[in-house]
Amino acid sequence: MKRFWAMVQNEVVKIIKKKRFYIVLLILAVLVPIFSYAQMKQSLERRDSYGSDWRLEVQQAIIDNQNSLSSDRVPQEWKVYRQIYIQQMQYYLDHDVNPNEPGGVTFTREFINNSATLFIPLMILTIASDLVSSERTTGTIKMLLTRPVRRWKVLLSKLMALLMFVSLIVASAYLICYLIAGVFFGYSGWNIPIFTGFVLNGSDVDLTYVQATPQWQYLLMQAGLVWFVGVVVALLAFMVSVLVRSTAASIVVMMAALISGSILTNMASAWTSAKYLFMVNLGLTEYLAGNPAPIKGMTLGFSLGTLAVWAAVSVIISFAVFTKRDVLT
Amino acid sequence: MQQPDNASVLHVRDLHKRIGRKTIIHSINFDVREGEIFGFLGPNGAGKTTTIRMLVGLIRPTSGSVSICGYDVQKQPEQALQYVGSIVENPEMYPFLTGWENLMHFARMQEGIDEDRIHEVTQLVHLGGRIHEKVRTYSLGMRQRLGIAQALLGRPKLLILDEPTNGLDPKGIKEMRAFIRELAAGGLAVFVSSHLLSEIQLLCDRVAIIGGGRELAVGSVEELMGTGRGMVIWDVEPKEKALKLLESYVDVRIVDAVGAAVLEDAAAALMNERSIVTETPEERVAEVLDRMVREGVAVRGVHRVAPTLERLFLQMTEGEGIE
Repeated sequence: MKRFWAMVQNEVVKIIKKKRFYIVLLILAVLVPIFSYAQMKQSLERRDSYGSDWRLEVQQAIIDNQNSLSSDRVPQEWKVYRQIYIQQMQYYLDHDVNPNEPGGVTFTREFINNSATLFIPLMILTIASDLVSSERTTGTIKMLLTRPVRRWKVLLSKLMALLMFVSLIVASAYLICYLIAGVFFGYSGWNIPIFTGFVLNGSDVDLTYVQATPQWQYLLMQAGLVWFVGVVVALLAFMVSVLVRSTAASIVVMMAALISGSILTNMASAWTSAKYLFMVNLGLTEYLAGNPAPIKGMTLGFSLGTLAVWAAVSVIISFAVFTKRDVLT
Repeated sequence: MQQPDNASVLHVRDLHKRIGRKTIIHSINFDVREGEIFGFLGPNGAGKTTTIRMLVGLIRPTSGSVSICGYDVQKQPEQALQYVGSIVENPEMYPFLTGWENLMHFARMQEGIDEDRIHEVTQLVHLGGRIHEKVRTYSLGMRQRLGIAQALLGRPKLLILDEPTNGLDPKGIKEMRAFIRELAAGGLAVFVSSHLLSEIQLLCDRVAIIGGGRELAVGSVEELMGTGRGMVIWDVEPKEKALKLLESYVDVRIVDAVGAAVLEDAAAALMNERSIVTETPEERVAEVLDRMVREGVAVRGVHRVAPTLERLFLQMTEGEGIE
């Protein structure tokens, strides 16, 4: 057991020395200020048009959306989205809560919400996609597998290190985001109430289960879901990295899958069996925010289950292939 | 578990490997004993590397067994592999780590290797000065030495080196040979593969020769060299008369151009249009020479070409080529 953790340590050392994790931190440190600045510009502009009263802004948003509902040029499914949005905004208005209260915490919530399906998974790919394939590209796999350690232990040590870094990436995304956004918007906002529990019935929103959650609690739930998505993406990328010899191919395969996911979510509502694909299920945080699912029949439970199955299958394939395959080159 | 004799460290029986429909290794058998340097000789593509990969568990044999110190590599890899240090093909280490960090990495994978042992092997391969630099900056020779340090970390009983002198300069090659002999003298069994026959000849006690995935011969280097026939190059005039004379001896065989093609380059350089190549027993040469002189054949030169493993190998593989 001690030796196993020493091997996990090996993998951690390699990931750090390869500077993969620094790249992730660097990307966050560069992108977050850019988004924060853009967000700040936007809120300044709003303040110019609506003054300091957020109610005017929300009312205006509701009116704009209502107007578009009567337009023939707006597709039917968009109208459903907008009806839901209107009802939610109305709820916030009725309870006198600003849904977009500016602040470091709110920005973090929004930023993570938007990065959960693509941005954070991409960060995870920088580490997951070359974990096994790079050992094969450089030939070091021969050294690794001729030591007196069973192959499944070697792979498990890599998997452990990967899970640690997934957690680390999610945590640092929150931390960097909060620290940098705080410079722009202040560090407050932990206790702003956020409404969750909107139940959607077609275009109607059932408000009976809605409850106010303090924003810090909402962030925790969100982080849990983002972490879960991250783990699933990591396990899939890990499998691809076992199957494919080149790191580049491994990254491209996973990127293609992720991007196709975000394209499909925008257009596949008619093709219902697409809901079994892992890519369209990555938007777990959308359920939390009360946004409608991309395909009918998808719920939080369904998505969690689907992702868990995909993850389990890829772990099984990874181990089956890695422990049996001949190392030929 | 079959165990032929206690001194046998590596025990290979009836090893086969089939990939798809193609059998690439046909029935390889050999033993490597304690303290001996065992050569594994064959041209590139003969199946050397595939066999080595089966020895260390990287490739699963289709049938047959490899056991190291009595443990089957497939069934008990953790026990079997703790007795082996190996470099398969190139000594590939992590370029983004220092030499020391690489050794630490592999030390962590095995019980009972502390920092003192790492110091020890570092000294042994003379890497002391640059062990804390990134492997990226190492020359091939240094990587080779780091690879050997890695292989020796776990105090193995068997060291497997795949083409250990590849890419080294002549001085480095000499040092490597001396180093390998030193290790074997300390009781380590060393398995060395090479496509360079002179390498095996200079270094090894016993040798297995393979070609086309088949084992052609296994035996001591002297033993196998004995089966190689010595050749004599006669530089004589007139050629026809000399030929007739040579043909009159039963134990002298005239070697045709195809047969002569196996001669080493240095020997081939001695030849010209007058040359006759024969297989002649050593003790017969003086007698034949004497008769030639008496019968008026002008003898300009007689060269005995010592039998080499190279020749032997080419005789066995029927001119498949060395490279």
